[in-house]
Amino acid sequence: MAAKVSVKSKNGSVRRAIVVGGGLGGLMTVIKLCEAGIPVDIISLVPVKRSHSVCAQGGINASVNLKGEGDSPAIHMEETILGGDFLANQPPVKGMAEAAPGIVYMLDRMGVPFNRTPEGNLDFRRFGGTLFHRTAFSGATTGQQLMYALDEQVRRYETLDVQDERGVTIPGEKMVRKFEFFDLADLIMDDNGVVRGVIAQDLKTSKMHVFRGDAVCLATGGAGMVFGRSTNSVINTGSASAVAYRRGAMFANAEFIQVHPTAIPGPDKLRLISESVRGEGGRVWVPRDRKDKRAGRDIPEKERYYFLEERYPAYKNLVPRDIASREIFRTVVHEGYQCLPGVRSVYLDVSHLASTESSKHALKNKLGGVLEIYEKFAGEDPYTNPMQIFPAVHYSMGGLWVDFETDSHNSLKIGASRNASTNLPGLFATGEADYQYHGANRLGANSLLSCIYGGMVTGPSMATWREETNGSAFDLSSDLFDKAEKRATEEYTALLARTGSEYSENAFKIHDELAEDMLLKCTVERKNDELTGLVQKIDELKVRLKKAAVLDTTPTGKMNQPAVFLRHMRGMLDLAEVIAKGALARDENRGAHYKPVFDSDRDEAKDHPEGGKGRDDKNWLKTTRATFTEDGAKFDYEPVDISLVVPRARVYKQKSMAAAVGSIGATTETTEKKDDAHAPA
Amino acid sequence: MAEKTVTLRIKRGVADEASTWEEFSVALQPNANVISCLMDIRKNPVTKDGKTTTPVAWDAACLEEVCGSCTVVINGRARQACSTMIAGPHGIAPNGETITVEPMSKFPRVRDLVVDRSRMFDALKRIRGWVQIDGSHELGAGPRVSASDQEIMYTLSRCMTCGCCVESCPNYNDHSPFIGPFAISLVRMYNMHPSGKMQAGERLDSIMSDGGIADCGKAQNCVKVCPKEIPLIESIAVMGRETLKRALFGWLLK
Repeated sequence: MAAKVSVKSKNGSVRRAIVVGGGLGGLMTVIKLCEAGIPVDIISLVPVKRSHSVCAQGGINASVNLKGEGDSPAIHMEETILGGDFLANQPPVKGMAEAAPGIVYMLDRMGVPFNRTPEGNLDFRRFGGTLFHRTAFSGATTGQQLMYALDEQVRRYETLDVQDERGVTIPGEKMVRKFEFFDLADLIMDDNGVVRGVIAQDLKTSKMHVFRGDAVCLATGGAGMVFGRSTNSVINTGSASAVAYRRGAMFANAEFIQVHPTAIPGPDKLRLISESVRGEGGRVWVPRDRKDKRAGRDIPEKERYYFLEERYPAYKNLVPRDIASREIFRTVVHEGYQCLPGVRSVYLDVSHLASTESSKHALKNKLGGVLEIYEKFAGEDPYTNPMQIFPAVHYSMGGLWVDFETDSHNSLKIGASRNASTNLPGLFATGEADYQYHGANRLGANSLLSCIYGGMVTGPSMATWREETNGSAFDLSSDLFDKAEKRATEEYTALLARTGSEYSENAFKIHDELAEDMLLKCTVERKNDELTGLVQKIDELKVRLKKAAVLDTTPTGKMNQPAVFLRHMRGMLDLAEVIAKGALARDENRGAHYKPVFDSDRDEAKDHPEGGKGRDDKNWLKTTRATFTEDGAKFDYEPVDISLVVPRARVYKQKSMAAAVGSIGATTETTEKKDDAHAPA
Repeated sequence: MAEKTVTLRIKRGVADEASTWEEFSVALQPNANVISCLMDIRKNPVTKDGKTTTPVAWDAACLEEVCGSCTVVINGRARQACSTMIAGPHGIAPNGETITVEPMSKFPRVRDLVVDRSRMFDALKRIRGWVQIDGSHELGAGPRVSASDQEIMYTLSRCMTCGCCVESCPNYNDHSPFIGPFAISLVRMYNMHPSGKMQAGERLDSIMSDGGIADCGKAQNCVKVCPKEIPLIESIAVMGRETLKRALFGWLLK
């Protein structure tokens, strides 16, 4: 834990840190800062309790081994790295896997109502990419329950007074101040490029506010809205990350977008049906007869094609998400199977688990929250009818580039200020907003873990930074902050003037157009000619966005959602460009990033000089990094730290646990491989 | 074939300025809900009688009834806009009937359908709504909990501070300090938890003063509108007994 430093600046102000975003990553960062005695301002688009973390359903991974299967953090680390197709830097993953059991115990102590065994212990379920029961869960709304636990702890800090180093209460100052319905508009950087605070817009009044901060963290989540309809909340536009990117923060591995295999199609949103449904025994199938018009429940067992179970006899329905999504896509789009003629979906079936009243009750206890979502939004009872589902954009493995510092065991050195720091000094990133833990594909139930672990790393890192850095933002002259506020206010006022015949575009329609192309060309299967077209389309939309009318000229002083959306739309186009260009450049198949020409099973591979090469470690075992310029994103690449687990082929057809354990600690071989990774592209 | 449409009649206005009503006609898509209709309106913000207007302001995040953001009053009943389907088995306007959408009346209006629910979050501070822990560092496993207790706590813990219960409560308004059914139900949850109950007395005290449990008029509307089917009335009854015990015998326990 960081040493105590002065609570007050030289001029007597309380030195606060800033956390933007109040999901799991942000709130855990806040808790760690408060425990280090550092007061925090939280800036959040929505009341923090409504952050997107609430949508996580299935659970949180921790190798507690309460089922006596011989699970361990070392195996968890190994499977996470393998699941991510070796693109994740390995020391942070090690740190995360080692911390996981302690994190689940902490959440348990905070009162998360985790499901229990008859003995009163934590219950664990299975998830994708592992054969162990490693996932603690709270019904099927685990994210919501974890969010509430952290929200409650932070609320307690809202009631606690700030004390100075001698323990004297500073009147009127609380440890946590929340600014909810506030949107990040800009970063404030001093002449040396150090981030000294932020400008945030009060969405209720549209006024810009200055926040000074001795360390700023962005914990603002992913950018699923770039794809329009996804499993993400509508607030996940990635706007805050895009603001930082425009100010020079590097964005890493943006092309790795997780498409979740199972979601309910809908006009406004593709609602997630958790992987835990398969973890509890749910089966994916299609009618063998492509023209079968019978309802799913009327199709007899022998006429059902359980394609995941047939193709992956060891992991069956619990292969990692990228693989499951591609298989569903292939089965439906290329092979022509579907639930009903003309209905592009496959069945996810739990009806066999609810055949008696008592088994139905048990199922409801574990999955009620998610089955209820299906019942409400699809209008069918999933206890008796197989659910119709299709893949949907779900998670950004990429995010703001952040650094890390290792200890002598190649784990993360907690408390080092390099951890979680972006390339902009004083700016940190955590949670889905960073790129750190999941490589090319995230394993199910690792996101809640990475968010909370991220916060546990970021809080102490910010505390150390605050101590190491020269001077406090609270002692700087107000010039810097006044100018930034003026600039942001002028930018916003200019938006309000965008009315009249020259502004003929509607930003919401531009969003629809972007989403349609991103979904079609940049999700499960990617082709270079289509990606080239997509990059051009994004350029065209950027030009057209400049012609978008504000739609609402309501002056500052009142809420104005369409004007704010213009800023978010600009950010989405910036991030879309980084995603599309990153995908175009990366000529290989790795995790969620897949081009049919590199798959030896596909016809397209035959005519391509490098056809069917699959993953290409020689050229592409490296992190993509994008930097903003006025002429578009510029890319460079960084070697991946593979100091712990030797890259190997990623196969899920057989059981691979023994192999997994065997390769840990193969240091000599690892060093050689590491040199390979440094080879230029 | 003429496109099927649905009409939304929406109450609009900024803060405490006068309200107006506007009607919008929206094409009916399969699986449409009130949010998807509002999304269509902002892509073409023109009223039913052809007047160009501003897009309607509304509050939303998850769109799967777990964040609590999008509570509005639809056809007179407080509920989540995202899970209010237009057609289908639970549809409220399968034949294109007019749907009335208003902001909740118990909170200060920000704009159109957006209200400020800070009062609910303040209530969570008042009841000391947290399990007090010694720190987030490693302190080993938590207390054991029986599966049946977990089931009750989980049910209570699904409260998403959406506001349906207080919107329907005749005793919750700007003249009364009543903290609302949701807060009382949460006291029950924290007081059930093995370490949470170490501060049970403080939480009971917080609902025994002005605006506490005694202000409940037992109208029982809350339990009917709770989207998460939380047994609010049962919780109020349990807390009624607990607070009574504390009022009668609390001095003995001190």
